[in-house]
Amino acid sequence: MADLEDRIRESQRMGIQIAKESEDDRLMTLSVGPQHPGSGHFRFVVKLDGDYIVHCDPDPGYVHRGEEKMCEYRNFIQNIPHLERPVIHDSTNITYSYSLAVEELTGIQVPRRGQFIRAIASELNRQIYTLYWLAIYGIFLGHSTMFMWPAGDRELFIDLMEALTGARVTHAFNIPGGVRNDIPNGFKDKCLRQITYYEKRLKEYEDIFYNNPLVRQRTEGVGILTKEDAINLGVTGSVLRASGVPYDIRKAEPYDVYNEIDFKVQYMQTADSFARAYVPFLDMRESCHIVRQLLDKMPESGEVRAKLQANPRGPPGEAYRRVESGRGALGYYIISDGTPKPYRVKISVGSFRNMLALPHLLVGAKMGDMPVIYWALNYWPVEADR
Amino acid sequence: MATLPGEFRFGNFFASIIWVILVVIVILTLIVLPLLFVVLFYTPLPPVNGEVLTPYLFLTSIVDPTRTLPIINFYIHQIPFKVIVFPGFIFAAIVAAATIFVERKFLAKMQLRIGPFYAGVWGIGEGILQLAADGLKLISKEILVPSGADKPIFWATPVAFVATAAAVVALIPVAPGWVVSNTSVGLIAVFAILGFFPLIALLFSWASNSKYPFIGGLRALHQMIAFEIPFILSALSVVILAGSLNLTEIAQSQHTFWYIIFLPVSAFVFFISSLAELERVPFDLPEAESEIVAGWLTETSGMIYGLIQLGSYLKVYALAALFVILFLGGWHGPQIFPPQLGPPNAIPIEKMLTLQGFYEYLTANAIFWFLVKTVIVIMLMILPRGISPRIRIDILLHTGWYKLIVLAFVNMFVALALIYSGVLGPGGSLSIH
Repeated sequence: MADLEDRIRESQRMGIQIAKESEDDRLMTLSVGPQHPGSGHFRFVVKLDGDYIVHCDPDPGYVHRGEEKMCEYRNFIQNIPHLERPVIHDSTNITYSYSLAVEELTGIQVPRRGQFIRAIASELNRQIYTLYWLAIYGIFLGHSTMFMWPAGDRELFIDLMEALTGARVTHAFNIPGGVRNDIPNGFKDKCLRQITYYEKRLKEYEDIFYNNPLVRQRTEGVGILTKEDAINLGVTGSVLRASGVPYDIRKAEPYDVYNEIDFKVQYMQTADSFARAYVPFLDMRESCHIVRQLLDKMPESGEVRAKLQANPRGPPGEAYRRVESGRGALGYYIISDGTPKPYRVKISVGSFRNMLALPHLLVGAKMGDMPVIYWALNYWPVEADR
Repeated sequence: MATLPGEFRFGNFFASIIWVILVVIVILTLIVLPLLFVVLFYTPLPPVNGEVLTPYLFLTSIVDPTRTLPIINFYIHQIPFKVIVFPGFIFAAIVAAATIFVERKFLAKMQLRIGPFYAGVWGIGEGILQLAADGLKLISKEILVPSGADKPIFWATPVAFVATAAAVVALIPVAPGWVVSNTSVGLIAVFAILGFFPLIALLFSWASNSKYPFIGGLRALHQMIAFEIPFILSALSVVILAGSLNLTEIAQSQHTFWYIIFLPVSAFVFFISSLAELERVPFDLPEAESEIVAGWLTETSGMIYGLIQLGSYLKVYALAALFVILFLGGWHGPQIFPPQLGPPNAIPIEKMLTLQGFYEYLTANAIFWFLVKTVIVIMLMILPRGISPRIRIDILLHTGWYKLIVLAFVNMFVALALIYSGVLGPGGSLSIH
């Protein structure tokens, strides 16, 4: 230090200004996003000390569309198509809890066959979302095959959903009172065939990606979120289950027909990025069993949609219902003032809750771990902004 | 459909064609032919059938097949041909272009997709012209220079990158005598030239005046320095066995045994280090997309990007060829080419068609086996891109400094033991005498 001060004194005598290195000069501020291949519609400012991240400041809001406000100007049925825009890859699940909440408000009873079809669509859509998520996780790790395979196998389920709903991505299938239409002929056989093939592919995913020593090396022990921290930060879904908390809305608050289905809540104890990447994979595998059971137990015939009045409305009141989406608990809190339009709609999404863990995990991590930690949080920026 | 202009006269059209032909003939006779004779007067001309050609006799080779092949034969052994065409720049660029195409198709097959498909010729060769299309696109794009960039360095480094890669190619022999620069310290020269690449990456990243390229340049520097030492050490055990630094002599000394038989660990270390040197998966950290956008290539656009890609694929060819020369016996392989293509007593036109006086069966065989082995090594270098993720910088440095250096030493002791026990080396029981 004395050396530096001597140099400063020397330079002042010669009339030259040199900067004294402070703590801030050591740090490099990087703005990751929104035009960064590893960020999505999202920005987080990180400060680097060498290769270590010492500060992280998430900055969401680039794709805020005011979905909650838009709900107040449309009636309960008209809200469906725009509500699935925040996460079009999981569009059945994001309208599922809305429909449940509206049914509670208006006192509609969904026919039993309709409940089964809803659950089937929900599970198939969970696969679509998780495959998309896994594809991006693969390319974030630099594994281009793991990008192409899930992105290609998504077509299996997109084809099924197209047969079921008529649309490939934005289905607008769940509506208050049931589902839009009955399942087509031959759907059950096609679905079972696709799932049998898909389960074979899941084994190959495990071989090329999850059991790859380099993937293990990069993800194991990286970004540990302990059980206590996970509960305190309020994360949900696969992130919470990866921290050793076996909490799944389908088990904890069973909705529709999920209390008749026999399935296990998939969770892991290691609480690192590998666990957070592996739990959605286990969920996909479990989801295949769920779809098989649902197809088995579904009534052969019956109504799929309750008869509604032209503008469904209920008594003034409020309702909060949530479902397990691809990213965790997805809840809708709706206040009705007795008119056909909701008075207030609040969407509680898993993405936003999981994003809160990002600064906690990134500080102290290495720069190379940034995409590994970030995308394992199962965060969908558009959904978080709503 | 185009329509004829109103004042069109067929006679005028015909007359204009005649005029063009006349002007061309006048230019040819008055300017081109005298110039050609001046040039031919000063250039060395080959001796054919025992007499040195005059410029006049040289021009008659256009119609005399007995003179054509000896003339071609004379010129392809000259330095300019070797530098520009074979085994120099154009040959390496063709191998690089083929590598890009094969890589894209090969990777696509692994990932259950089709790859380049529409840019083909006459309905065959799906996607074979994709590279030409990409090249045209890159040439026609605007080159964006970031504000605040160090412009001279920004423009110079892509050219320097290609030039440096081509300089490595110039040291690679593809057959006995077929090398641009046959220096006695060929291997050292290769490593010396490869040492320029981290400098170029760092210069370019600094000149870009941007943060992500800067991180990428530093990563490239760290990575290449960490892998330079195991790279050189693994080649050193080959030098111990061969007793020479000349690449042609190293390849010739593997006439009986390939060195990969004695030095498998060195070959492994060399292969891994060359992947790191080439910044290929799993060592593509300087271009890690999800972390630092495109690393030190972030600010490249248009043909600057094209040049750097060309340079890096030239490097792929050069290092694959170096692996073949050091470990896979160079051009040695079973003789499959016949000594002569046609009957010895043939009429002149038949002699020309069967390439007599031009075709050397030993050289053809050497080039064939060299190419086959190089292509196999290039395919092995492409393979990790389909099955492996990127590794982290600290694991990379740990691998380079701790593991690979130790492994490289292991086989160096094996090489020394083979020398001192009298198995290999000068006067060894398994060497050629």
